[in-house]
Amino acid sequence: MSNYIKLIALGLLTLFAAIAANFARDLAYQVHAVLIMLVSAGMFIWVLRRTDEPAPVVAHPETSYMDGVIRYGVIATSFWGVVGFLVGTFIAFQLAYPELNFDWSEGYANFGRLRPLHTSAVIFAFGGNALIATSFYVVQRTSAARLWGGNAAWFVFWGYQLFIVLAATGYLLGATQSKEYAEPEWYIDLWLTVVWLVYLAVFLGTIIKRKEPHIYVANWFFLSFIVTVAMLHVVNNLSIPVSIWGSKSVQVFSGVQDAMVQWWYGHNAVGFFLTAGFLGMMYYFVPKQAERPVFSYKLSIIHFWALIFIYIWAGPHHLHYTALPDWAATLGMVFSIVLWMPSWGGMINGLMTLSGAWDKLRTDPVIRMMVISIGFYGMSTFEGPMMSIRAVNSLSHYTDWTIGHVHSGALGWNGMITFGALYYLVPKLWNRQRLYSLSLVSWHFWLATIGIILYAASMWVTGIMEGLMWREVDANGFLVNSFADTVGAKFPMYVVRGLGGVLFLAGALVMCYNLWMTARRSPAVEAADAVAHATPAE
Amino acid sequence: MEQYSFLRELADSWGLLVLFVFFIGMIVWVFRPGSRASHEDSASIPLRHEDRPPAPDEDAKAAAKEART
Repeated sequence: MSNYIKLIALGLLTLFAAIAANFARDLAYQVHAVLIMLVSAGMFIWVLRRTDEPAPVVAHPETSYMDGVIRYGVIATSFWGVVGFLVGTFIAFQLAYPELNFDWSEGYANFGRLRPLHTSAVIFAFGGNALIATSFYVVQRTSAARLWGGNAAWFVFWGYQLFIVLAATGYLLGATQSKEYAEPEWYIDLWLTVVWLVYLAVFLGTIIKRKEPHIYVANWFFLSFIVTVAMLHVVNNLSIPVSIWGSKSVQVFSGVQDAMVQWWYGHNAVGFFLTAGFLGMMYYFVPKQAERPVFSYKLSIIHFWALIFIYIWAGPHHLHYTALPDWAATLGMVFSIVLWMPSWGGMINGLMTLSGAWDKLRTDPVIRMMVISIGFYGMSTFEGPMMSIRAVNSLSHYTDWTIGHVHSGALGWNGMITFGALYYLVPKLWNRQRLYSLSLVSWHFWLATIGIILYAASMWVTGIMEGLMWREVDANGFLVNSFADTVGAKFPMYVVRGLGGVLFLAGALVMCYNLWMTARRSPAVEAADAVAHATPAE
Repeated sequence: MEQYSFLRELADSWGLLVLFVFFIGMIVWVFRPGSRASHEDSASIPLRHEDRPPAPDEDAKAAAKEART
């Protein structure tokens, strides 16, 4: 019966998308309408072939975890990671060598179009898939319950991939609402809202039916990430479409209110997407890889509440010396500095989890990866509050220092903790005894680390140089340098930055090969071992 | 009173107080006497149930064990 309803809905959707493709006012909308038409038509056929067929019998699903969707999530994370790093490396070289903005691709693959593709690919496609996959993995293990909602988890996975494809193709074809990290247009935003609410339902449903009396702290971080991102996404994307047959929309807020809402969103995307969610990963995978409980559970609770109480206020530090009132900017600056304490509390908690097991750093490159990610977390959460101070910001803002700061956080903290989690997950999910090669993990570790160091160091140099050149005045009070002078002076650092990106990308490719070979070639966990392994310790 | 001024005054009086009391209360609760055992139990959650959820009879056994201790 439910299949007939699905067929009717999919048929109507296919028809609507076909009409929309016909009436489309712009290319991006037309391409998206065709894409949705093809996807829904394909699903129509898929559902049709299963209608009135005997349903496959699933034996005792409640006695096992739902890992299929997590396996897909791991693959998607690796794939989008490589895509995002590749685009990032390419646009880094576009800045160094403008000839790479080819004439034939003008309007599609120039820097302005590819830059949001890069940021969304790494943050939302790579980071988002990593968060969805690991949160599904962690919430099942720490709740001792199978994912709630059956195939809803699959809907979240495939719905999120559709969101990524729509967003990415939209950027290349020029559909953007020009809000940093929130570029997708109105219909893509609506789709993400639907997917996200189902994600929330699956996650919350699993927590509600948990067998463990206590909700483990990693789940608090994941849950706050899901809830806050839903709120941020909806408020920042309040807009009215010009036509339902076109991608263009008009923002509800305007002027400084729009700027404030945008950076309230933007900074909390950092705070809850890239920090709280990934801390959820840290609180599960670091104890698992170190084979010991987290250093201090008390500290983890204080860490959680302090972080979510403070982060939400830090956004206005993006708007120093703008039309935003000084009191608001000062408020953002003060909260950013206070934020240093919970951040470092969390860092200490993660690092000290290894106390008594520091020898693992020599023997286990995966734990080394996790430790350096926590190190980068500490470094960038020190640098960020410092840069939010108004006087420092007057030098650093609009320069490459900001880009360096973002990348030491994103590549160092988010990238490395995700790599560590992937190295942990693949042998577990594909039922292998161990990784294919630990020495390849070491290669990845050093390639990525040296890549980040090249990136961050060159951006510090060029950012501070640029800031100093912009403010340099001669004895008569005239500016010494033109903007083009600073661009010319930055060339060597841009090349070094691009090379850092090449190393980081190479490391990710080594990881993909290693994970692929782990799933293919590593010895499987033997059945007898698996049973012994599964018996509870008590 | 217009909406902005009302929200502004609420934020820097009662709103601030509620958040602050919640935060201090949280810290006091975390450090309450006797919390160590329950925190150690919570911290070890990732170290169990790794491969599959507990079967219903295991639950009963665990509960019985908890009741004894």
